Amino acid sequence: MKRKPTLATIALGAVLALGLSACGGGGTESSGGGSKPAEAKGSFNAALTAAFNPSTKKGGTLKFANPGEWDSLDPADTYYAYTWNFIRLYGRALVMFKSAPGPDGSTVVPDLAESLGKPSDDFKTWTYTLRKGLKYEDGSPITSKDVKYAVQRSIDRETFPNGPTYLNTMLNWPKDYKGPYKSKGADVDSAIETPDDHTIVFKLKQPYSGFDYLAQMPVTMPVPEAKDTGSKYQEHVISSGPYMFEKNEIGKGFSLVRNPHWGDDPNRPALPDRIEVQLKVNADDMDNRLLSGDIHVDVTGNGVSSAAQGRVLQDQNLKGGTDNVAQQRLWYTSVNPTVKPLDNIDCRKAVLYATDRAGYQAAFGGEFAGGEIATGLLPPTVPGFERFDLYPAGADNTGDLNKAKEHLAKCGQPNGFETNISYRAERPKEKATAEALQQALGRAGIKLTLKPYPQGDYFSLYAGKPSFVVENKLGLVINGWGSDYPDGYGFLQQIVDSRVIRPGGGSSNTSVRIPDVDALIDKSLTEPDAAKRLPIWAQIDKRVMEEAVILPGVWAKTLLVRGKGLTNVYASDSQQMYDYVGLGVQQ
Amino acid sequence: MTAPLDVSPGEGVAPPVSGGGVAIQGRSLSQIAWARLKRDRVAMAGLGVVVFLVLVAVFAPVIVGLLGHPPLEHHRSMVDATTQVPKGAFGGISTDFLFGVEPQNGRDIFSRVVYGARVSLLIAFLATLLSVVIGTVLGVIAGFMGGWVDTLISRAMDVFLAFPILVFAIALAGVVPDEALGLSGDALRIALLVFIIGFFNWPYIARIIRGQTLSLREREFVDAARSLGARTPYIVFRELLPNLMAPILIYATLLIPTNILFEAALSFLGVGVRPPTPTWGGMLADAVRYYTIPHFAIFPGLAIFLTVLAFNLFGDGLRDALDPRAR
Repeated sequence: MKRKPTLATIALGAVLALGLSACGGGGTESSGGGSKPAEAKGSFNAALTAAFNPSTKKGGTLKFANPGEWDSLDPADTYYAYTWNFIRLYGRALVMFKSAPGPDGSTVVPDLAESLGKPSDDFKTWTYTLRKGLKYEDGSPITSKDVKYAVQRSIDRETFPNGPTYLNTMLNWPKDYKGPYKSKGADVDSAIETPDDHTIVFKLKQPYSGFDYLAQMPVTMPVPEAKDTGSKYQEHVISSGPYMFEKNEIGKGFSLVRNPHWGDDPNRPALPDRIEVQLKVNADDMDNRLLSGDIHVDVTGNGVSSAAQGRVLQDQNLKGGTDNVAQQRLWYTSVNPTVKPLDNIDCRKAVLYATDRAGYQAAFGGEFAGGEIATGLLPPTVPGFERFDLYPAGADNTGDLNKAKEHLAKCGQPNGFETNISYRAERPKEKATAEALQQALGRAGIKLTLKPYPQGDYFSLYAGKPSFVVENKLGLVINGWGSDYPDGYGFLQQIVDSRVIRPGGGSSNTSVRIPDVDALIDKSLTEPDAAKRLPIWAQIDKRVMEEAVILPGVWAKTLLVRGKGLTNVYASDSQQMYDYVGLGVQQ
Repeated sequence: MTAPLDVSPGEGVAPPVSGGGVAIQGRSLSQIAWARLKRDRVAMAGLGVVVFLVLVAVFAPVIVGLLGHPPLEHHRSMVDATTQVPKGAFGGISTDFLFGVEPQNGRDIFSRVVYGARVSLLIAFLATLLSVVIGTVLGVIAGFMGGWVDTLISRAMDVFLAFPILVFAIALAGVVPDEALGLSGDALRIALLVFIIGFFNWPYIARIIRGQTLSLREREFVDAARSLGARTPYIVFRELLPNLMAPILIYATLLIPTNILFEAALSFLGVGVRPPTPTWGGMLADAVRYYTIPHFAIFPGLAIFLTVLAFNLFGDGLRDALDPRAR
């Protein structure tokens, strides 16, 4: 309680400063704004659907802070949403997500390439043509061979353990190919061909209609072979984007300055002159420093801490400086039909009806920090989302006990049953979820025993291992999933395709084994028309919910603090945080 | 203490004597110690708190039934749905919720602190008992037999004292399956914690007992017993152990608060009794995320603090009373 006055002062300072600096005002208020300084505060969620404080003015220093360390700055070795967002400042992939507010940000647009990928009729060959005259930071030309080399090196998982593995498994690599370091001089034309310096052709093992989503990943950012230093390349990545490294101290921080040879780029406004990133910044201090303007952005996009959340939301001034950004992430609980009596669909339905959805939401931090109560799998910002609710939980969302008891009776367990619920021991929100479910299902006579397991091996040894699930009677497995890109396939495949379940463990999917769903997934892979693919996702979603093998919890949201002094701020559906390509700073 | 024997009128009831006046009553050592202890107000206050805590733990269901809500029951209506913070001043403290409610799920903190006493005290007492039994047996053997047996046991004590017990405890608590030795759930976790805490604390007791035994066995009354033909068991049980009772009692009392702290530390680290069973350490661990809502951490923290302080004060007083020379 003692902290309050100081915080109020900081808040007031932040708000005043925002008022002085914010020309044009918030997105929702800007209509009447003109050149007159806007109201002292922006409004809550102002940067979700339009740019807050829009600007085209160049100059200034944009300051990021990270409570931890980058996994790697190397485009082949990085796998966080925020690093993929940030890397576009110093690298250009073949295509990229448009830097735009809201749903528009999910559009894939050409970047290095002149146009989106051109598929063959069978969707097994994808061709990209590069723009002419593009140069690296040292003035040397960017060729399609550099893109090919970048993809080749990215499949070396010993040198680059962190990166995504889509292209490892989907391209038709020669047998035993291990990347350019270990398989020197190997002919990889079966996977990637470069007929000339401006053309690159990818050859897939299986048809995939959504290859552009893979081509936007940082692994297609060109790497000049002559400058490649393997695992040390991250100390000086050769820039193909608007900014290049000035100084880079791994583990401490780095700074970027303008790349004089960058050009022919319709996607990036590149407003700031300079970008600074501090690493290992005290996480507890982060929110206060954001409010004071000492730093502009928490680069991880994780949102305010639960300690600060209460204060920010209670104070209307502070709340006006935040955005509640929807994530393409579902927190859910698998209902395992391999564990008796959940092999009976009515017992599973009883679990879904008895769930207190509001309690699930509270366990994750409530409406703002937690997210929206989920009624299906697909989050609302994934294209193809359809809203439906097969297990209505009443007006207050606390569950329908009558229905639950009805289904328990049908299942032959009128007095309820006992089963176990697993969660990751290190995650307080999952523990709170398990406790909330224990309370909620207890009302219908379903007794849960809590089983915490270490998160490092949660899927490989415990809850993701089918035999362990059966032996330990893990009827419910607390789970979560976020997609790598805003696409139904990217979101659903890993959690609903029964073929990803391996006897040895390791899969997030522990409960969905529905032949219809597998068939629908295969159908989507060869559907050429993107618009016709969309209804398939909703169809899969409904089918899984009909079987009641997944108990949806919340569609995640985060509460981001809009740094003081930022211009052109917006969150896009693809990045699910502020789009770092668009940001500028007030001078 | 100048006079080893207190000659003020004692509590002892005078036995019927044939003579007219009241005879001066001889008193046992424990009576003398009790009389000394009673005059030590700080120690008596400590004892009072200890007795109170034990009663609270034993009658937890009754207390919670009268003054609180079931410790696992969620009361989300007491929590602001948006901010997850308890409604009302001071974390929702009211006549209905004496210590307020937890953020997020609105569980009654009073009930959880009361039930937390059960786990803490049960584990601390049983672990202490285990340490005392192992420590006394091995300490007496080492001190009385001497020679290579003493060397062996003493080296074992050194090994145990040098053992990184916290790391071992965390590892062990992590690998033990959900069902073992016919136990499961809370019973298994409590048994495991008792074993870990008790099994690694015995050298502290054993060292003291060994030292005491070493000096006692050279005393005249032991020589006398031996020269009268007493066998080893007689000497150990009749001559040595009664004289060892004082140090055993003192160090057991002082070991209990250490064990309470250790149990709280393990629960804090997430390897104690599993949620949702309330423990003080576990509550503190939950409260860390909500440092802006201090009442959540204050009450379990206060419970640990008071318990440890009370046991320590009582233990110190007990030592002064039983062994005045140690002052």
